[in-house]
Amino acid sequence: MIFETVIGVEVHAQLRTNSKMFCGCGTTFGLSANSQTCPICLGLPGSLPVINRMAVEMAVRAGLALNCTIAANNQFARKHYFYPDLPKGYQISQYESPICEHGWIEVRDSGGGIKRIRIRRAHLEEDAGKNIHETGTSGSQVDLNRAGTPLLEIVTEPDMHSAEEVVAYLKGLREILMYLDVCDGNMEEGSFRCEPNLSLRPSGQQEFGTKVELKNINSFKYVKDAVEYEIRRQTKVLTEGGKIRQETRLWNIERGETAVMRSKEEAHDYRYFPDPDLVPLKLDQAWIDGFRSCLPELPAVRTKRFVSDYGLPEYDATILTASKGMADYFEACAAQFPQPKIVSNWVMGELMRELNNSGTDIAVSPITPERLVSLLQLVDRGTLSLKAAREIFPELYGSGKTPEQIVQEKGLTQVSDEGALEQIIAEVLSKNPAQVAQFKEGKQQVLGFLVGQVMKTSGGKANPGKVNELLRKKLG
Amino acid sequence: MSLHKLTLCELQKQFQAGEVTATEIVRAYFLRIGHVEPKVKAFVTQAKESAFMEAEVLDRKLKGWRKTLPLTGMPLAIKDNICTEGISTTCSSRMLQNFVPPHDATVIAKLRAQEYILLGKTNLDEFAMGSSTENSAFGPSRNPWNLHCVPGGSSGGSAAAVAAEECVAALGSDTGGSIRQPAAFCGVVGLKPTYGRVSRYGLVAFASSLDQIGPITRDVSDSAFLLQAIAGHDPMDSTSVDRPVPDYMKALQKRDLKTVKVGVPVEFFAEGLDLDVEQSVRAAIGELKQLGAEIKEIRLPRTDAAVAVYYVIATAEASSNLARFDGVKFGFRAKETKDLLDLYMKTRQEGFGPEVKRRIMLGTYVLSAGYYDAYYGKAQAVRTLVCQDFDAAFKEVDLIVTPATPTPAFKLGEKSEDPLQMYLSDIFTISVNLAGLPAIALPCGFSKEGLPIGLQLIGRAFEEETILRAAHAYEQSTQWHLKKPTIR
Amino acid sequence: MEITQQDVEKVAQLARLAVSAAEKETFAKQLTQILGHVDTLSQYDTTGIEPTATVMGHVNVFREDLVRPSLSSEKALANAPEREVDGFVVPKILEER
Repeated sequence: MIFETVIGVEVHAQLRTNSKMFCGCGTTFGLSANSQTCPICLGLPGSLPVINRMAVEMAVRAGLALNCTIAANNQFARKHYFYPDLPKGYQISQYESPICEHGWIEVRDSGGGIKRIRIRRAHLEEDAGKNIHETGTSGSQVDLNRAGTPLLEIVTEPDMHSAEEVVAYLKGLREILMYLDVCDGNMEEGSFRCEPNLSLRPSGQQEFGTKVELKNINSFKYVKDAVEYEIRRQTKVLTEGGKIRQETRLWNIERGETAVMRSKEEAHDYRYFPDPDLVPLKLDQAWIDGFRSCLPELPAVRTKRFVSDYGLPEYDATILTASKGMADYFEACAAQFPQPKIVSNWVMGELMRELNNSGTDIAVSPITPERLVSLLQLVDRGTLSLKAAREIFPELYGSGKTPEQIVQEKGLTQVSDEGALEQIIAEVLSKNPAQVAQFKEGKQQVLGFLVGQVMKTSGGKANPGKVNELLRKKLG
Repeated sequence: MSLHKLTLCELQKQFQAGEVTATEIVRAYFLRIGHVEPKVKAFVTQAKESAFMEAEVLDRKLKGWRKTLPLTGMPLAIKDNICTEGISTTCSSRMLQNFVPPHDATVIAKLRAQEYILLGKTNLDEFAMGSSTENSAFGPSRNPWNLHCVPGGSSGGSAAAVAAEECVAALGSDTGGSIRQPAAFCGVVGLKPTYGRVSRYGLVAFASSLDQIGPITRDVSDSAFLLQAIAGHDPMDSTSVDRPVPDYMKALQKRDLKTVKVGVPVEFFAEGLDLDVEQSVRAAIGELKQLGAEIKEIRLPRTDAAVAVYYVIATAEASSNLARFDGVKFGFRAKETKDLLDLYMKTRQEGFGPEVKRRIMLGTYVLSAGYYDAYYGKAQAVRTLVCQDFDAAFKEVDLIVTPATPTPAFKLGEKSEDPLQMYLSDIFTISVNLAGLPAIALPCGFSKEGLPIGLQLIGRAFEEETILRAAHAYEQSTQWHLKKPTIR
Repeated sequence: MEITQQDVEKVAQLARLAVSAAEKETFAKQLTQILGHVDTLSQYDTTGIEPTATVMGHVNVFREDLVRPSLSSEKALANAPEREVDGFVVPKILEER
């Protein structure tokens, strides 16, 4: 039997606010345990939540970018369950009235076409803390530093059918959120958590099969691996006449397989009800429209513009617009050095290599767009050879010096002066009479050798274009 | 005259004039506490050491430069469900027996900023759930008028402490009558402000949409004075309302009630109302008329629904608010548990008393899958009807007068076996919380047995001035508030 | 509506409240009685009536996104029934949520 896979995805995106959702504690990752807490996020008796305005604004901006309808009336609800990392015994979330509904984003499918993935809802809620289980100890420890960090939970319709589509959706979503600067997208630190849910059904069947949720996936590679594994597993079970159980499964990185975390049989009764400590949010249409009008250009649109305005290949445009920082950097350079493909090559090549090696964000790149442009101009004017420019790039990156300073210090200024070059050429020609004779007999390839000799004699400083030109004149 | 006999306004005047030191005040009060507390049992915690220390600091400071604030040196008692930094806050529960908050409630921060002196934390029904203080994990408080009777609840400790002159005034909290009912039982003045008038930050929540902190005092002037100190918008409490606080003392200056229309709801004078209570309240209504008020019969037809609505909404919210007491971050934790689930189950079984458990059970039930609409949804809708009743009434009248309770204080143990009976005795106070209105209870007579009877005045939202003014006019024309119990 | 002991057990589990056999019986009886009284609400017609969740009717209360000092971890943990270094300690958690 042939099965069709149906996949929906839940993403928990941490919003990049300075302070938590309902209190003034910071949202820094990786501090020592329980040093970023207060009576409110510890859930101490008597404490009360107050909504962080920025979290609501970020959710609205995200919702608009995801083509959602923004709910005018918002109410926060309490979702009850007992767990050590949940200090109040309930999570403040949104239930009946999510702030964003009925949106979509478009991604490229495997065949290169455009696929629209619908977003059912996105709602605001507070994050839980962390339970730490160290092996060899009798208990677990609870760290509440993360408790109360604002989250946007983004839920799709079951519109995806393969691991590739899931990854394409997640990459697209992550780019958008990062473009909006509402989420840092850091998957390892848990700022962007993906939980695909997946079911199989015989091709042609209308109703869905039994759904399995996947958790503990912190990279795109694992998303792909886990979804593919799960499709294989379920296909096998169903082909052998077995039944899929509704359950949550964890991705086990070491073993490369999913394993049951808990079965849904003891279904939770969350006892949602409107949080009486918070008053309703009534979002004014004009206020929402204000955010709509100042949304930044989103990745998909920008990619198209990079192709049409800069004449870049689609490949370059896609890579450059994958992060807002890189796209901004490119545009800053291209504005001063109007040869976009050359800028693109340098940004995607030398610059990315250095940034990746040092783990630096392009926004704080030690080579500013201005410095990269002056380097490119040196090459363009013939003052510096392409090869030399590549060689000094690491120093340019690491030293804080301007390209001109480095060129000066190393004496790398390219020799383009005809008088100086002719002198060297004369010397080379007199040393290599055999080759000169060969060239004159019509062996064009020898020219390359002679150019090489001139370059060598000049200590690499000669402008190869010029050398070529002069040699031909001399021999011709 | 002994210092402990003075009202807050009187003591304040003497202190501001430099006629008495803070240390003398504190000494007088702890002397009084020493005499009567063994009988009354109003306090859970006495803050003797810190009170003397604070008094000394104040006295020393004032010697140099006598600059005082309205509450400087005033000795208050605080209900033990209001968080006080560094001083245990137990909610009269085993669950919080050793809990010392790292934070002050906003009302406490306000009192501290005005240099008040904390005498101690007063007893209550565990987590403010009850009408008698019999549900305290540390034993009941007694009614100073008759030690065999309950002081009412849940702010029974605060009301008893004020009536027994163990503090000059106190703070209580009122979710369904928890300030007004004990005030009525103990013959003192209890004010529940409009929902949102006083910050709830730091009040350990029972039912968030109903809870409100308010003063329990010896007379109406003190009530106005203390309300002034604690009222106002608080950015830490989203439900607190941002509107200016009027001058409540000024509202008292008008001594007559001309142009004031007073409504008497017929539903509050029905079967089950104690005869002595009815006579006293009717006489009080006559007095209001004497003072110039226009008396008008009104209807609040959904009064009967209030108790049912209240016990659904209050318990639902309570079951949620009390979920945080799980033995993980603070408070009691059961010993020898085999796993996490066992720890939760046993901690909550051993940490909570029977009334709290009953309400958690009820609240969990009405919120659980399949019952929400039938109970919680329905109760919220009927709550709207109860509010509409008041809206309609306040189109006709400026304030509403009722008995504060159907009977005077009952005997210890008399009702503790029958929860529904206990709940129904809150009938006169509960609808006020559902509608979020301000109301005051003040003495208006005594039963044949010599127990105080309370009058309730209910006002429009944020019109505390009107009820204070009427209460004050009534009080000034009667002598009830001057009678003091002999504690024996 | 009759609340059975099984209902009580189920609710007690949800509320993480261990109940003895005697409590089960008492709660079943008392909850039946109280909910019986609550059922009198059905006599009120609430068709088209908006539920009241908060009484004062104000909306949009925010705080600005400013960081305020947190408690020291020492203070945060001061009331912990059991702690180890900087963490609250609970019995080993076997099941992830």
